[in-house]
Amino acid sequence: MNRKALVYKCLKAVFIGIVLLLLYAPILLLAVYSFIDTDVIGTSGGFTFDHYRDLFTDSQVMTMIGNTLGLAFASAALSTVLGTLGALGMYYSKRRVKSTIGAISRIPIINAEIVTALSLAIMFVAFGLQKSYFTLLMGHMVICTPFVVLSVMPKLKQMDNSLYEAALDLGASPAKALFKVILPQIIPGVISGFMLAITLSLDDYIVTVYTRPSGFDTISTYVFNATIRGNAHTAETLSSFWALTTIIFLVILIIVIAANLAGHRKKEAVK
Amino acid sequence: MKLHFSRKLLGIPYAVFLLFFVIIPMLVILFYAFTDKEMHLSFGNFIQFFSDPTKLSTIVYSLVIAFITTAVCLVIAYPVAYILARSKMKKKFVILLLFVTPMWINFVLRINAIRELLGWIGLLGEANYFNTIFGMVYDFLPFMILPLYTTMLKIDESLYEASSDLGAGGFTTFTRITLPLSMPGIASGITMVFLPSMTNYVVSDMLGNSKVTIIGKFIYEYFGTNWHMGSMVALILLIVVFLSTWLTGGFREDETVRGANL
Repeated sequence: MNRKALVYKCLKAVFIGIVLLLLYAPILLLAVYSFIDTDVIGTSGGFTFDHYRDLFTDSQVMTMIGNTLGLAFASAALSTVLGTLGALGMYYSKRRVKSTIGAISRIPIINAEIVTALSLAIMFVAFGLQKSYFTLLMGHMVICTPFVVLSVMPKLKQMDNSLYEAALDLGASPAKALFKVILPQIIPGVISGFMLAITLSLDDYIVTVYTRPSGFDTISTYVFNATIRGNAHTAETLSSFWALTTIIFLVILIIVIAANLAGHRKKEAVK
Repeated sequence: MKLHFSRKLLGIPYAVFLLFFVIIPMLVILFYAFTDKEMHLSFGNFIQFFSDPTKLSTIVYSLVIAFITTAVCLVIAYPVAYILARSKMKKKFVILLLFVTPMWINFVLRINAIRELLGWIGLLGEANYFNTIFGMVYDFLPFMILPLYTTMLKIDESLYEASSDLGAGGFTTFTRITLPLSMPGIASGITMVFLPSMTNYVVSDMLGNSKVTIIGKFIYEYFGTNWHMGSMVALILLIVVFLSTWLTGGFREDETVRGANL
């Protein structure tokens, strides 16, 4: 390798490194300070687990974490069922029907979240529907389900259609053929749709604010109100968010690494 | 009578769901946008909004913020996507994953982390516009990297070889091959960054010290006071979205799935 190419290679690595460093700087800063005995970043203090203790002993914070997880699993599960059925229905429909439903299904994906949120909120109120857990769940399903459809569709297109016909010819009921023949072929798409739905629901702030019942907080709304509106009931709450961020980051890191190792093993097995 | 089972019937629940929670809400917005408080048909909302100079100046500021955010994202993301897509490294996938991982931390917590960082370097409350743009770039960068990376990965390596065999230099190869073939990725990256930078007021609220107002914030403010005006702003945003999707050649499914297929 000549010298110019080597310099070029180093420059590329340095550039990638700097961008990654910027991306991770805020998270690493909080991760470090989550173990330091201070409520203000930049001041020094001894090593401590106090921020973690504050996090787990604050009942409001624990409630909102529970709310967030419960809502994410409920909306992701419902979205996955609805979206998988929807994708199946669309796949076997006539082209006109398929493209119409497909186009409508894309609206929540390309739309600004605030527009989706406002339209839902105004419709609920205009039709006299009190904001409740139901409206919140529907709001989250509106943002999650189209993504499930998107991740199931390609698997349906790759599927071998003759297997379903064969199952029916051999006497399986349509329901049995669906579960035993079609579902196993599209399951990777269903799973990635479910995972995507979870991350979308966990991440959401705007739709939640417009559709939630009063007094219901998720991580997003709680942290937003605590930092901006100064609604945090104690100063410890704000610094306990450092601990929360660190924990969430670690959980994601573990999931990413585990998923990667699992995928790697699968590839090895195929070889 | 035996009910005949057809697999397309499985789509009915989703179709009904879309009708009630996507179509009808859009129609409600349309109705409110074109009516006044007495529910009479009127264009008054549009006239009132666009004849207000403070509103117009906010729109200009908001567009400038969105434009700068998108440009900075493109300038950072393009080389990242290019380097990764053309790298012969076996584990380049892991590096791409590193760029996407922060996106899976809760969005408000992520912005809060930037807030703490900016507070630490003493910029919080001092440089509101800079902080807002910084946060938006931080937040929306993966939306730019992913579509660019996917389109660049599809560029056939032999095209680069042919280009260099035929005597083209690095710059010519870039302008004649890389750039034109990555255009679809640039287009979807731009739409995926520009829209939230105009509307996601969480970032501007948390980092702009309540001094930075973007278009999305209007909707929030009107929601408490005047649904007709709020619907009107939402309708305009809706039209902008449809126009931009149409202009950039529609919607590409594989690039919009937010890194779920990684």
